[in-house]
Amino acid sequence: MTMSSSLTNIVTAALIGLLFGLGIAISGMGNPAKVLAFFDVAGAWDPSLAFVMGGALIVTAVGYRLVFKRNAPVLASRFNVPAGTAIDTPLVAGSAVFGIGWGLTGFCPGGVIPMLGLGRLESLAFFAAFVVGIALARKVRTMLANARRGSVTS
Amino acid sequence: MPATEFTPWQSLFGGALIGTASVLLMLLHGRIAGLTGIVSGLIPPIAMNDWQWRLALLVGMVSAPATYWLVAGRSPAFHATASVITLVIGGLITGIGVHFSSGCTSGHGVCGLARFSRRSLVAVATFMASTAVTVFVVRHLIGP
Repeated sequence: MTMSSSLTNIVTAALIGLLFGLGIAISGMGNPAKVLAFFDVAGAWDPSLAFVMGGALIVTAVGYRLVFKRNAPVLASRFNVPAGTAIDTPLVAGSAVFGIGWGLTGFCPGGVIPMLGLGRLESLAFFAAFVVGIALARKVRTMLANARRGSVTS
Repeated sequence: MPATEFTPWQSLFGGALIGTASVLLMLLHGRIAGLTGIVSGLIPPIAMNDWQWRLALLVGMVSAPATYWLVAGRSPAFHATASVITLVIGGLITGIGVHFSSGCTSGHGVCGLARFSRRSLVAVATFMASTAVTVFVVRHLIGP
């Protein structure tokens, strides 16, 4: 990778991050009270989140159709898209567990990261614990995989 | 619990920006704009030459409130209702969950659904239901 191409990579990624973060800030997706109000159908319901998801989804679905007509991305050699299709236990159980975290706090990963820029303890506490959670889960998953491999070979 | 204002146009516009950013990340970098995956790639062991764009993207994201303030003259609305202890527990639970589900609201909810992934559809249906149940239990069975 040449010096200028890596600089292009970094600058474009930062600008894309800024755009994403502005979208989060403007839409209300980074405001836990608003996110929780969407899910509180039995209380003071705020349907705004459906508009955030709808707007993001329509633009991305149309945009992806156009982008995937290309053979490769502009700055990389290939499209890095998940290939798995299995509906397995980790997918369903993991999603259910994530929902508990989201429902308890109103924070999701994409929502909390831009809000770290406000310098509030709430976002920092959630994000730090989130990173620890991923690291812990990764360790447990590696241990489980090793144990399974061990029991197969023995 | 403070009621929030219904903001359909503002939310639709913000959502469209999130979508535009997701499309640009695929067009330029060939990557899914999923924050679970992007953050995971920055937790050791880190792959060589694969962390720069991730870190740059996160720095761009974190600078959004300051940019918002420069343009709008005020900070974006933010009100966390949970206690710090609950936020730490919730953060841990979220990290564990999204690691096993291989994605969250952005990766599965926006990018995955946009490419009609069955896995993402199942993930989104599951976490939306689980979140709604959790909110109901916390607000109407246990609390306020």
